[in-house]
Amino acid sequence: MSSSLDVEKDTAAMNDPVDVLIIGAGASGAAVAWSLAETKMRIVCLEQGDWTKPSDFPSTGRDWEARAMEDYAISPNRRGLPADYPVNDDASPIKIANYNGVGGGTVFYAAHFPRLHPSDFRVRSLDGVADDWPVDYHTLEPFYELNDRMMGVSSLAGDPAYPEKKAMMPPIPMGRTGKTFGTAMNHLGWHWWPSDAAILTEDYDGRAACINLGQCGSGCAQGAKGATDVTYWQEALRSRVELRTQCRVSRIETNEAGMATGVFYFDADNKEVFQPAEIVIMACNGIGTPRILLNSASERFPNGLANSSGLVGRNLMLHPYAQMRGHFDEKMDGYRGAPICTWSMEFYETDLSREFLRGYSYQFSRGIGPVRTAITGMDDGLVPWGEGHHAAFRRLFDHSAGMVSICEDLPEEINRVTLDPQRCDSNGIPAAKIDYRLSDNTRRMLDHSVSRGIEILKAAGAHTITTKAPLPYAGWHLMGTARMGTDPRRSVVNEWGRSHDVKNLFIVDGSIFVTSGGVNPTSTIQALALYIADQIKSRIYELFD
Amino acid sequence: MTKSKDRTSDELSHSERKTLRCVVGHMIPLSLEFGVPGADDPDIFADILRSIDRDRDAIGEALRMIDTLAHGRLIDLPRTEQARCLLDFRNEHKTLAGVLEAAAARCYYRDDRVMASINMEARPPFPKGYLVEQGDWSLLDPVRARGRIFRDAN
Ligand SMILES: Cc1cc2nc3c(=O)[nH]c(=O)nc-3n(C[C@H](O)[C@H](O)[C@H](O)COP(=O)(O)OP(=O)(O)OC[C@H]3O[C@@H](n4cnc5c(N)ncnc54)[C@H](O)[C@@H]3O)c2cc1C
Ligand code: SF4
Repeated sequence: MSSSLDVEKDTAAMNDPVDVLIIGAGASGAAVAWSLAETKMRIVCLEQGDWTKPSDFPSTGRDWEARAMEDYAISPNRRGLPADYPVNDDASPIKIANYNGVGGGTVFYAAHFPRLHPSDFRVRSLDGVADDWPVDYHTLEPFYELNDRMMGVSSLAGDPAYPEKKAMMPPIPMGRTGKTFGTAMNHLGWHWWPSDAAILTEDYDGRAACINLGQCGSGCAQGAKGATDVTYWQEALRSRVELRTQCRVSRIETNEAGMATGVFYFDADNKEVFQPAEIVIMACNGIGTPRILLNSASERFPNGLANSSGLVGRNLMLHPYAQMRGHFDEKMDGYRGAPICTWSMEFYETDLSREFLRGYSYQFSRGIGPVRTAITGMDDGLVPWGEGHHAAFRRLFDHSAGMVSICEDLPEEINRVTLDPQRCDSNGIPAAKIDYRLSDNTRRMLDHSVSRGIEILKAAGAHTITTKAPLPYAGWHLMGTARMGTDPRRSVVNEWGRSHDVKNLFIVDGSIFVTSGGVNPTSTIQALALYIADQIKSRIYELFD
Repeated sequence: MTKSKDRTSDELSHSERKTLRCVVGHMIPLSLEFGVPGADDPDIFADILRSIDRDRDAIGEALRMIDTLAHGRLIDLPRTEQARCLLDFRNEHKTLAGVLEAAAARCYYRDDRVMASINMEARPPFPKGYLVEQGDWSLLDPVRARGRIFRDAN
């Protein structure tokens, strides 16, 4: 491949070339790095954040709940740490959540680990909406399985909502929450099942089992949660993949043949460096990836890199959530145990008798700690200021449980990521700007999930029920902004993750989702990353044809 | 993760601190019945002041609003008037009230005396963890009996 670099005019330092350059060390970056390591190519990953220290995680301190709202807050705007870039989400009812560091979003995720369903890959054929995926469940199945083994997944085999899946270790404990809701679901005759969870219930692969800290959302100090810093990265580093932290990529450079030649990045000392590479793989998530592609606009690619379709940044899908919580006379699990518990796929598949297409899943969740009980109690008007505060607090604390619905968000081009004309990160790179609104279909789906959720809570014996739809601080599933497809006019990457326009540029993160499904996306993001890595390996001699 | 650095927010002024202490005392008052201090307890309030870095500006704004509603200084009003003024504030400025509530609750509900009163051990979750009932998955028998519910996509 020609690499006539156009960097002389830049003052950036120049590194030695590498074979493969991965941008982003999160869920997908780790998986692709690990899979490609066996090729013995020279692989470097650039990550803007750093390694986490488990001993720093909030659950190791008395102020655990408070710290989860400060340096370990899920909003990058709230954290505002050096690793974070601002996201202008003022024009979205759903605010963005992420983690920027080795492990990416998996450092904070709840590890709820459902797969997409077979029907999710065929939404146009089955329901006449959006587009079919260029891959199907069957194609991804071995990669789902491999990923489960790498991340360490606990589950119970036999879920009738899925094709058969193997179980590696027992499911996470049912607890009082699971029992209460399971009994209610049985009463209603509705589906429920223990959630597949990337949480170890047994010691596995050198990692210790979950001890029910309940703090999965701000980092697992026990290492029981399958975050990629403790799973894929440990093996990838042993296989000599190089991971450079505190390195923020600003743009991808191309040559006159329209091939990527490498990337510019800012290192920990804010020095600009050029890293030449034969293959560039983007794994920066559904916001970080379009941000870099749009910021890589040049004379050759005036609308941003890989953007001849005009779809880079468009079709952002966030999975609107509704939250329904109730309070019980008897004590529940409270803050103990992984917040996730069981799921229901009762309303997952399209049912034409409902007033919306596609569907949603429920994720049942345990209780919350005292600080959050007080904050949400006051916010919901259940805990007053003054005299009555203490008695009201005690009625709620340790007595709540509930569920969220995860609604399928259909792709719409007006929901998008662009570059913010005003805000920049600490390196002067334009921030991401989100324009997002809920469709009528989604609103009807949210309403349906709230009504059914209330029915479930009542059947479970709950009182003092509160609902929020959409849940505002829940923009943690970032999908669709560089979709995959066979038609270069209607997609950004092809059916194996290669950019239609730039033949040595790949995308493996949540951006490439064609539709969102109604379940958490990470197991599918990683299965796709492994699948694309596999395609790269098997097509290595004709990769750029 | 790197700790936040260069947070430039100034400390609250003496008068802002007095108003804030009055507000949190109204929000979570001392209770003889439950044997707990109020959020205006010296130790808890000092903890609050140390912990409001990221909310400094919003808290300053909230306190200014409250004094405006008090037509002067909240602390100069009789207690019942203070309570009425704070009720108006909560009704009119829900988001700012939420910032004050979060700032108070984050510190109040980690105080040893308060933890003891709600039957929580005064310790971090790690490394001892907690016990959660394993449960009996035969509860799933009706779900199994109903059989497959996913759609064929072929
Ligand atoms: C609070 C929370 C709870 C969640 N719960 C669940 C759950 O239960 N189940 C589930 O399936 N999913 C969950 N998620 C979502 C999950 O974390 C993401 O789906 C997943 O991490 C996305 O993987 P990714 O590879 O696309 O991107 P990420 O994991 O976000 O990784 C992207 C990486 O790229 C880096 N990066 C970005 N830009 C640059 C740049 N310019 N230069 C260098 N590096 C860069 C980032 O720092 C980051 O480390 C949750 C997320 C959050 C925040
Ligand atoms: S509940 Fe389990 S997985 Fe979650 S933080 Fe605690 S030990 Fe880790």
